[in-house]
Amino acid sequence: MQLQNKIVLVTGASRGIGRAVALEFGRAGAKVIVNYCGSQEKAEAVVAQIQANGSEAMAVQADVSSQEEVQKMFQTILDTFGVLDIVVNNAGITADNLLIRMKEEEWDRVMDTNLKSVFLVSKLAAKQMMRQRHGNIINMASVVGLLGNAGQANYVAAKSGVIGLTKTMARELAVRGIRVNAIAPGFIVTDMTENLSDAVKEQMLQQIPLKKLGTPEHIANVALFLASDQSAYMTGQILSVDGGMHM
Amino acid sequence: MADTFNKVVEIISERLGKDASTITENSKFREDLGADSLEVVELIMQLEDEFEIEISDEEAEKIVTVGDAVKFIDNL
Repeated sequence: MQLQNKIVLVTGASRGIGRAVALEFGRAGAKVIVNYCGSQEKAEAVVAQIQANGSEAMAVQADVSSQEEVQKMFQTILDTFGVLDIVVNNAGITADNLLIRMKEEEWDRVMDTNLKSVFLVSKLAAKQMMRQRHGNIINMASVVGLLGNAGQANYVAAKSGVIGLTKTMARELAVRGIRVNAIAPGFIVTDMTENLSDAVKEQMLQQIPLKKLGTPEHIANVALFLASDQSAYMTGQILSVDGGMHM
Repeated sequence: MADTFNKVVEIISERLGKDASTITENSKFREDLGADSLEVVELIMQLEDEFEIEISDEEAEKIVTVGDAVKFIDNL
């Protein structure tokens, strides 16, 4: 198994892409820390499913936009496992609005949850991984971080930020044996995209060369590739998994 | 004090490949010992491990010379 006994933290893992990544890594033999913010029941269900598949898992509550809560989460993780091999910075939210309608609070909330969180979690992860002399960080960016998207100024700015942060972390940490890559998912069927109107979904399909929406499993497969030694010679890369939207 | 100094020097000389006899209390990690910023961070982390202490980001920023590190460790 590709991730046998690896200790993995997946943020925002109670549903959507994070959930699929947590389950896939569990199947690959990893011990998975399922981070969640509000959905405890869903997180526990993910843990139960990983355990049912024969691996270890643990749910840890933390708002990853808060330094204090991230520190506590790391304390728990390191007290329990002593090491941390892989981090998937996945937690994210949307608060869409047109630029001229967007409230400061909407901007701040999305930047904090989608970008600041990657900084906070990666900072502590890198510290541990530098000690270990190995580690692997995977950040969830987005196709809109590469292309822009009307009505998502906050989300797009945050995801573009994640892309820049990924490349910078990759450069800083490469000599310490830590790889950092990102995935830029396209339109994936999750709660986040479920709320969109049929008209918007139809419009999306027009932009996708493969003419279908993606699934969380499509993303989890690529995350597994980046987490495993199959990608040992890759760092600082942004992999588009979007049916061909961004080329 | 002398014990701490000797141990710190040993760690530095090993990590940065410097002759221990050239390292003094006044040696600056960056300017005199040629450590880059990430090497300083790693040195601090190794000191944390070896002496089983914790050095916060704010405290670490104040450690510029070998003597600063020794003083910090001895004052705990």
